[in-house]
Amino acid sequence: MNHSPSDLPMFMTRRQGLRALWSAAAIACAMPARLSFAAASNARTNSTRRLVVVLLRGALDGLAAVPAVGDPAWANLRGHAAANTDSGAVAQAAMLPLDATFALHPALKTLNQWYLQEELVVVHAVASPYRERSHFDAQQMLESGGDRPFVQTTGWLGRALQAAGQPAVALTAAMPLALRGAEGASTWTPGGHATNQQDLMMRVAQMYGDDVPLANSLSQAMSQQDMSMAAVEGPGLVGLAHQAGKFLSDPQGPRVAWLEAGGWDTHTQQVGRLGRLLPSLDEALAALRNALGQHWKSTSVLVMTEFGRSAVLNGSGGTDHGTGGVAFLAGGEVSGGRVVADWPGLARGQLLDGRDLKPTLDIRRLIGPVLQRQFALNTSGMERVLPGAPTGLLDMFRT
Amino acid sequence: MQPTTIASHRFGFSENTQKSLGTDPRAWVVEQFDRPANFDASGLIDSAQALLLTRQVLKAALGAQQPDKVPKDELGQMTPSRKELRQTNIQSLVRRWQHTIQTPTPVAERWVQFWSNHFCVAATKGTMLAMVGPHEYEAIRPHAFGRYKDLLRAATLHPSMLIYLDNAQSFGPQSRAGARREKGLNENLARELLELHTLGVDAGFTQLDVTQTAMLLTGWTVSPQTGGKSEFIAALHQPGNKVILGKTYPEGPQALDTFLTDLSRHPACAKFMAFKLCRHFVTDNPPPVLVEAVAHRFTRSDGDLIDTAKALFSHDAAWAADNPPKLKRPEELVISAYRMLKLPLRSIEQNVGAIAAMGQSLGRTPSPQGWPDRSEEWLSPDSLFKRVQWADRFGGAYRESVDARSIMRLAFDKDLSTNTAQAIERAESGAQALALALVSPEFLRR
Repeated sequence: MNHSPSDLPMFMTRRQGLRALWSAAAIACAMPARLSFAAASNARTNSTRRLVVVLLRGALDGLAAVPAVGDPAWANLRGHAAANTDSGAVAQAAMLPLDATFALHPALKTLNQWYLQEELVVVHAVASPYRERSHFDAQQMLESGGDRPFVQTTGWLGRALQAAGQPAVALTAAMPLALRGAEGASTWTPGGHATNQQDLMMRVAQMYGDDVPLANSLSQAMSQQDMSMAAVEGPGLVGLAHQAGKFLSDPQGPRVAWLEAGGWDTHTQQVGRLGRLLPSLDEALAALRNALGQHWKSTSVLVMTEFGRSAVLNGSGGTDHGTGGVAFLAGGEVSGGRVVADWPGLARGQLLDGRDLKPTLDIRRLIGPVLQRQFALNTSGMERVLPGAPTGLLDMFRT
Repeated sequence: MQPTTIASHRFGFSENTQKSLGTDPRAWVVEQFDRPANFDASGLIDSAQALLLTRQVLKAALGAQQPDKVPKDELGQMTPSRKELRQTNIQSLVRRWQHTIQTPTPVAERWVQFWSNHFCVAATKGTMLAMVGPHEYEAIRPHAFGRYKDLLRAATLHPSMLIYLDNAQSFGPQSRAGARREKGLNENLARELLELHTLGVDAGFTQLDVTQTAMLLTGWTVSPQTGGKSEFIAALHQPGNKVILGKTYPEGPQALDTFLTDLSRHPACAKFMAFKLCRHFVTDNPPPVLVEAVAHRFTRSDGDLIDTAKALFSHDAAWAADNPPKLKRPEELVISAYRMLKLPLRSIEQNVGAIAAMGQSLGRTPSPQGWPDRSEEWLSPDSLFKRVQWADRFGGAYRESVDARSIMRLAFDKDLSTNTAQAIERAESGAQALALALVSPEFLRR
């Protein structure tokens, strides 16, 4: 591999990346980012298409992002929370309507614009085949593409990349499971790990509970760190998305980028937390498109999360782990401007276990066409990448 | 706290599973003192070599005639010998860490490290740059399971201690060399020997006792002329009798042995050591009944350290479920994470940096008192924040290797609180779960 000196610390193979995690963080900070890919030069792929996959770790509440305001049970289920403006809740009127049933959270302005331009498909009541409620197991399954957790040790994206010989980059400190199995996959972060430290701190605070010495020390530390934290959290995903767009715009660069963001596990006060998280997601997607420039027309962006959240709010203004959720597919070739859902309804009897949005679509029916588009996989190739996936792939692209 | 948790985490360095303790945690602890695992010091630099290498480095750096006067931070360029010196330090630290992570007798290892910290030496001046590691593996380890007076002698007369506490340049005022060179007494080692190593500050010794102890210690030195080894050089020794704590000691090197034996048999020494041991191993304010029992056995056994350890670990008060837990020191925290998670030790310099950020600059203990032991000396907002940052990075680095949920259940069993279990269970990723486990109250404390 030929590196210019400035390339070297920025771009590592997976194994080097894991090994050099910390030291790389120290070196890479503030250097101009440019990736060069050996795999691209012996490209078996002449694909000009780009793919960006965004994983929202922690489980985005699909009913908050894409509320089913037209469902007869909506008002009872979530309407009162929305009406409660004391808690800073979003008034229903501010929702961005999509069709007779669905709307977008007011923060998702970019997504709304794409929807209107017919470049966004919203997929609702969707889930992986996983039916338990553990983040770890669910993420493992979603990323690996297995039928059960821990059956597959590589990722579906990694297997597809490997088969197609395309280079990819994950804008994460460690190689995500989803990309494992691909020799041409790399990782990149600006000066270190891109975890959501504020979310971690909040969880630590909650864990310390009434352990007075630890809780007091931590709360002092948090107030000292407030300023720097805010600076770190804000541009985090936005900056990474912008960088992903720049990488993909480079003719010698990767064809596939992986982004992820944590903080979505909104067990408490979710109106306020989503009020901060959703704008950052929306801005990140705008930044990605902006950086992609003319390549947007040949790019697909898949946004997914490991599962949905309980349809019923819990006792602390949040939602607990659920099942059916939402996914987004956007891009210049997407046949957008629609919500794809076999809507199960929100009445008590229609909910899974009386609490969750019932999943009626297997997310692999969405992943499948994205893979076919990007990697031109034939039937047997698809079977290797997503073994056991249901037939009947969703029609997602303009031909 | 259950006995298995006490044995594993408080007395040891956090076992991977409580099952490895068997059915009798008390026996698991006590029997470690019958056969403490051997420490492999092969290939590590010895103190004489270390001292000569350090002098080379200092001379190369400044061309200085008096390397003792060179502050550590003004060494300048990375010369080959300085790189070698740095390597030797890293090598001995790695050996200590690896032993702590892998030893089948972790409580015995904590025992060794207690004594190492008790007889603290530090690289806070140029000549000590490579001398901290050798003190532990040459003076402490070979005697930590023997008699206290032998440990005391080895620790005191080791080149590292003679240099660190300035006895190497202490001259009897009336000694031949002292009279000739107009150099004099240095009381540093004498004071710490009484105050920190044996009797404690409140034992009733006077300044006169300190001065007389310093006189008695004159002659014990180390220098290039002694080949980097400790030697008694009569020309430096203060002639005449010394009177310390009411007892008269004759001139000459043999007096030191008698004196150290007397110190080890002093009632204040038994109390001081028993209290310090109980504070380190059990709880910050240990129950007096336990301290008395340990002191009693220390005295009765003439400072037999295995007997003393067994007195401590066999006592019911050491196992009381309601003894308030202690905060792990930063080094303990990081190294016990590797041990509990059964991860291979990596990223040595990053670990050193993280531990320093939490407030413990390894090898550079700020005072001869050693690292403090009480939780309140370690718990600060910034230090806690640094612990969270470390855990965050650690979680990210090892998220593929570890399932924090199952390990925490195995390692803490019934002592895993609902709060912690829930926080880990609800973490949004494996990396975050691991980070939460590492800063959980259960794992931060012991």
